[in-house]
Amino acid sequence: MQGHVTPTKTYLTIFGALMICTILTVFVRLNLGIKSFAVAIAIALVKATLVILYFMHVKYSHILSKAAVVTSILFLLILLVLVSMDYVSRSWQPRATPWEKHQVLE
Amino acid sequence: MSAGTTTHDSAPSGVNYLTNGYSLKSWLLTVDHKRIAILYLISITIFFALGGIFAAAVRLELLTPQGDMMDAETYNKMFTMHGVVMIFFFLIPSVPATLGNFLIPIMVGAKDLAFPKINLLSWYLYIIGGMFGLYVAVSGGIETGWTFYTPYSSTYSNSAVIATAMGAFVAGFSSILTGLNFIVTIHKMRAPGLTWGRLPLFVWAHYATSLIQLLGTPVVAITLVLMMLERAFRIGFFDPALGGDPVLFQHLFWFYSHPAVYIMILPGMGVISEVVTCYSKKGVFGYHFIAGSSLAIAVLGFFVWGHHMYTAGQSTYAGVVFSLITFAVAVPSAVKIFNWTATMYRGSIRVDTPMLYALGFIGLFTVGGVTGVMLATMALDLHLHDTYFVVAHFHFVMVGGMVLAFMSGLHFWWPKMTGKIYPEIWGRVSAVLVFLGFNFTFFPQFLLGYMGMPRRYHAYPEEWQVLHVMSTIGASVLMLGFVLPAIYLTWSVFKGKAAEANPWQAKGLEWNIPSPPPTENFPAPVVVNEEVYAYSHEEVKALV
Amino acid sequence: MSDHSTTVDHVHGHAHGHDPHVAHHFDNAQQQYESGNLGMWLFLITEVMFFGGMFGAYAVYRTWYPDAFEFASTATNIPLGAANTVVLIISSLTMALAVQASQLGQQKKLVTMILLTMLFGSIFLGVKAFEYSEKYHHGHIPGPNFVWHGEGGREVQILFCLYFAMTGMHAVHMVVGLGIMTWLLITAMKGKYSPEYYNPVEITGLYWHFVDIVWIFLFPLLYLI
Ligand SMILES: [Cu+2]
Repeated sequence: MQGHVTPTKTYLTIFGALMICTILTVFVRLNLGIKSFAVAIAIALVKATLVILYFMHVKYSHILSKAAVVTSILFLLILLVLVSMDYVSRSWQPRATPWEKHQVLE
Repeated sequence: MSAGTTTHDSAPSGVNYLTNGYSLKSWLLTVDHKRIAILYLISITIFFALGGIFAAAVRLELLTPQGDMMDAETYNKMFTMHGVVMIFFFLIPSVPATLGNFLIPIMVGAKDLAFPKINLLSWYLYIIGGMFGLYVAVSGGIETGWTFYTPYSSTYSNSAVIATAMGAFVAGFSSILTGLNFIVTIHKMRAPGLTWGRLPLFVWAHYATSLIQLLGTPVVAITLVLMMLERAFRIGFFDPALGGDPVLFQHLFWFYSHPAVYIMILPGMGVISEVVTCYSKKGVFGYHFIAGSSLAIAVLGFFVWGHHMYTAGQSTYAGVVFSLITFAVAVPSAVKIFNWTATMYRGSIRVDTPMLYALGFIGLFTVGGVTGVMLATMALDLHLHDTYFVVAHFHFVMVGGMVLAFMSGLHFWWPKMTGKIYPEIWGRVSAVLVFLGFNFTFFPQFLLGYMGMPRRYHAYPEEWQVLHVMSTIGASVLMLGFVLPAIYLTWSVFKGKAAEANPWQAKGLEWNIPSPPPTENFPAPVVVNEEVYAYSHEEVKALV
Repeated sequence: MSDHSTTVDHVHGHAHGHDPHVAHHFDNAQQQYESGNLGMWLFLITEVMFFGGMFGAYAVYRTWYPDAFEFASTATNIPLGAANTVVLIISSLTMALAVQASQLGQQKKLVTMILLTMLFGSIFLGVKAFEYSEKYHHGHIPGPNFVWHGEGGREVQILFCLYFAMTGMHAVHMVVGLGIMTWLLITAMKGKYSPEYYNPVEITGLYWHFVDIVWIFLFPLLYLI
């Protein structure tokens, strides 16, 4: 009555894509080692997008569902970015001269 | 705003929500949002009294410079319990869970909230959380401060940290569910004709509050979980001895707890918007600005938490950014103050009890807000951090702001909720007592803080005793100002004069239905065909 | 607000309650459906922020202790993690097909798909339990008895704290999901769902997919390091 009915074929296609992504990400990790982290995250983002758009029907659903997705991503980013802001910039701080050196100068 | 099909003459035909069943079960298993609001009102009043007792202990100890009434650890427990009870079990649910719960479905023209059973669940979660709080109170207390800073809370404290954190955790879910219910109700349950531009500002304020509850509360929930795990299993999320970072705890804690300040103040602002328009008998000035500023406060509030951490080892560069955004968040609050003042300008003002409280709110909240901007200045904060200046600042916002707004709204809608009129003269007397008592309690604390009195100390140098005695005397007057309403409001429920549907000649859907409202609020479906706050000159002239 | 609902006349009339699925405080089925959906989406926002706190902690310690994460990569079981990823994605597919079956009124398929989803969810938890016991035997449970033969034990322990907190919290969500699924199975077998009323199936699906998405991120963060 209310919602969009996704055909089985679409679900199977998305499922196939998710499987390929999983194999790909493991393959890259085994060949590139720990440097593959950025690739792994990128692939995870793709997989999450597919699940959200098709399995969770966001592609066909009400504007409010889309708004919910955007809001949660946005506020998650606020949390992560502003916390990192502190940690990244801590090393930029000018350090006070150690006490012993002052003594030497006098 | 008048309802097309609901009018004053749809006379109350006997049964209302209060007379619809008298058994205990009909209350404890009710899904009627109005009854749940009453359940909340009773429970938060109990916790307010409990928090007040802890505050009294603190003020009594500070009457003399020596720590003679209790030792330092007991004193630490007193202020911690005061903070925990007041914040998690009184301020956070205060206006939303009582007045919001009662009024939001009525203001949007609905029969109930979208999820009545979840609404009842949220009250039970609150009570379970509260039981943890009571357990802690009788089993020896907690002395970490309401902020649970690690590693003290997770490693060194010997008090009931886990039980308290569990209480806050569970109560947090009650708060989340209330917010969820409000947002769905406001989006999906509005009556035909009730566009977003016709919503009362009370509803807008609660929409913004609910957003914060949904987005912020889960972060503090997981933070408390990690802290509890660290304490229970001696592992090191935040313990520097085990490689963790205690400042990370503060980041995650304040990500919620700064916006939580807006959970506490925004609903109060919603109350003030309703009261100021009604007692000025004038349309609100700058409706869209007040509505928009609520949302702006809710969103900007998530960018500023670092102003609690200038001295905690946070990077100075991050501090600068947090400081600048904190200045910006003062703007939407100031917009509201300006618009309320402009609403009153040339209005036909009546200074009845709700308006007295509202005027008190506007003055005291302004002081609280401006001192907040002072504290957001990094250089000044190095001097004032963790002093009584901070204590005075947030009490001006929380008590001078939120509690006064709560009292204002409680009196304003009391006839609607109970069907009874409270004695006006006693209302005015206690409003004045609260205002005077409040200022005597907290203004000296600004001076103390500026002179360097740190918070959380049970003893102090003798030269500060005069100010501390003033503060304690003020607190006694303040207490009287809260005991009086408890007495005369309760009295009015049984002996008060019956209230008509609209005793204050106010506008809004809730004033078009009988007092107290029938179980499903509206005798017939509502259609809204009038703008919001449609006070007219003709009506005002007729009143005079 | 609704364009094709048969109950739209409720706005003007006063008859209500003849649709047994519509709770009395809603005007019509469409309003109830949209409210249910929005409610679940809002709940998922809180869930994102709930896990977000731990992702924040992960980001901080990963930048602080990059070496420790490299040392610890020898202790993660990539094959099991990958297998579990596949299992969970399959359960997401069957869940999506369950929603589709309820939309089309295919009663038998609905019950089968819910059962399959529960089956794969349980397999996931079984594998997880095996992994935990493996970690236990190696002494990789954080706490005073933590054992680490190699460099950077203190920092590696933080990673294991995160590992257990994040996967543990995820597993709790799986268990809750299985609980809801059990209720869904019972009501579905009673024939409660139809093309006119399938909202509970759909919003349970949303929750299940969300739990899947969390795992999609946990896999690279905690295994592919
Ligand atoms: Cu703050």
